[in-house]
Amino acid sequence: MDLYEYQGRALFARHGVPVLDGGVATTPQEAVELAERLGDRVVVKAQVKVGGRGKAGGVKLADTAAEAQTHATNILGMDIKGHTVGKVMLTVTADIDSEYYFSYLLDRANRTFLCIASTEGGMEIEEVAKTAPEKVVKTPIDAGVGVTPEIAGQIADQAGFPAELREQLVDVFVKLWDAFVAEDATLVEVNPLVRTPEGKILALDAKVTLDENADFRHAEHAEFEDKSAVDPLEQRAGEAGLNYVKLDGQVGVIGNGAGLVMSTLDVVAYAGEKHGGVKPANFLDIGGGASASVMANGLEVVLSDPQVRSVFVNVFGGITACDEVANGIIGALQMLADRGEDVDKPLVVRLDGNNAEVGRKILADANHPLVTEVDTMDAAADKAAELANKEA
Amino acid sequence: MAIFLTENSKVIVQGMTGSEGMKHTRRMLKAGTNVVGGVNPRKAGQKVDFDGQSLPVFASVQEAMAETGADTSVVFVPPAFCKAAVIEAIDAEIGLVVVITEGIPVHDSVSFWNHAESKGGKTRIVGPNCPGIASPDKSNAGITPADITGSGPIGLVSKSGTLTYQLMYELRDIGFSTSVGIGGDPVIGTTHIDCLKAFEEDPETKAIVMIGEIGGDAEERAADFIKAHVTKPVVAYIAGFTAPPGKTMGHAGAIISGSAGTADAKKDALEAAGVKVGKTPSETANLMREVVQGL
Repeated sequence: MDLYEYQGRALFARHGVPVLDGGVATTPQEAVELAERLGDRVVVKAQVKVGGRGKAGGVKLADTAAEAQTHATNILGMDIKGHTVGKVMLTVTADIDSEYYFSYLLDRANRTFLCIASTEGGMEIEEVAKTAPEKVVKTPIDAGVGVTPEIAGQIADQAGFPAELREQLVDVFVKLWDAFVAEDATLVEVNPLVRTPEGKILALDAKVTLDENADFRHAEHAEFEDKSAVDPLEQRAGEAGLNYVKLDGQVGVIGNGAGLVMSTLDVVAYAGEKHGGVKPANFLDIGGGASASVMANGLEVVLSDPQVRSVFVNVFGGITACDEVANGIIGALQMLADRGEDVDKPLVVRLDGNNAEVGRKILADANHPLVTEVDTMDAAADKAAELANKEA
Repeated sequence: MAIFLTENSKVIVQGMTGSEGMKHTRRMLKAGTNVVGGVNPRKAGQKVDFDGQSLPVFASVQEAMAETGADTSVVFVPPAFCKAAVIEAIDAEIGLVVVITEGIPVHDSVSFWNHAESKGGKTRIVGPNCPGIASPDKSNAGITPADITGSGPIGLVSKSGTLTYQLMYELRDIGFSTSVGIGGDPVIGTTHIDCLKAFEEDPETKAIVMIGEIGGDAEERAADFIKAHVTKPVVAYIAGFTAPPGKTMGHAGAIISGSAGTADAKKDALEAAGVKVGKTPSETANLMREVVQGL
């Protein structure tokens, strides 16, 4: 889960990382009250999980509370690369002498953590790495040892930070590491980390990604969830315990196993090229046991997407037997009818693997008017795309 | 021969007494796996009956190894306790740990990986969040259905479970030496490269099918390895050609962020290494069938 800057800043503050005084506002009125409390020149920053907000006009300086209100009015509701701004963060400002870059992140390839530090901050670190690679210092961090003051000092020296800042930097680097570990983060990035003319170190930005697999030991992370930004269908699927991602096509996809469903999206998209360019409408992985109730919940979510014109159920019976899946599909259609749902979109079902023959026979015997059984994944995708195109 | 897991492997199950552990221990036994016991400190000394076969429960991996000569552990322990279970297995210096558990925090995976390395890498870790290893007609450590296919000349390595089953099913007329599900998490133990290396050295394996998916650069690194070190033919499939950027598709690893990690980038890298890449699972199976016929 990626955090908003204001959430990351709050998390930094909780771990003793020096940040500027500030807060968050969802209305111009809240912004003016906050600006009055801060009582100084403030910066108003759009809270979106996408880069380039400065260029889009989402970051403005305000000398008075009235000016802060004007900026907040303009920025709230603004669209930045498809993200609507729902919150602005206000902080006091700092004079900047130098801008640095600092982060801890997961290094997948080496199965460890990495620290990236540079005295050239404030811009995209990828750019710095391209133009001046010697200025970007990468240090692997041993998870068993962590970042001790000694290691933090070595990082500061190697990256060429000014010696007079060493003590402060060591303290900040250690605290950021503590935050990274304690919060189960996979990314903690500060860009820029600044030095003020008075020689004080401050984190002026906060980019944090938390590991959702660790939610079981972080009940407090629930507060970071942004319900407003979640697609309503995704939210409904989430509540039913389904792994669903909304896409923009017309063919609903239900399958078992993330890899197979991803592959199904591809096969549907290829098939769609021959059928009016129809595309997959969603990713939905119902997981291992495709019981009737799980299938019903899945179908309900997919069918309630108004863009969906046909549904492709693609199941490989591994542990699950296909006869159970077939019964699940028929049961689900009955269950939805009993719930009073309007089921009128065609379903194409492909069953392979464990007990596939029996499963296919169950579907054939049920002879449901909406269900077509097709034997192979490619042919089934083609049929589903054809039906979606026809229903247009 | 097969890789990592053979008919001689002696398997213990950490978390055997839990519901998933029970279910899959029964299936592994049915597949002919030599399961010799389970580990659960709270139930040590008890016996568990699996259709007439009684398996002992030990207090620790170390005890289980001492009593049974086990060399492989399959882990079904829930996420919150998984790190401790894997570290216990590493400390006991067991040769192979297959971590089936899904939903392990990545800090925990990094921890047990670093721990294994600090102990000199004596323990091979497969997973987490994987279907495990299947060497058809020999042994099955994990949750891969044993009845999809028999043994044969194809070696398979994959990030994804059901896609593995799909490819095994499509090529069941040819058969497999070993299928290794390495898992879809961002941090895993055994990699595509480790499996490619083992398949290259395995006399039973004549051709290799590699299944990847969007995210990370494991497939690109595998391509470099193939170019330099693999002489056997390799056919690959990548899932996620049409996945939109920035969306996580079920596997924590399956997310495209920025330009790297796209299916096209992986395909290009693999093709440059002389690997044939199928657009769909069935096309991939056909490519492999042609390769095997040409051997």
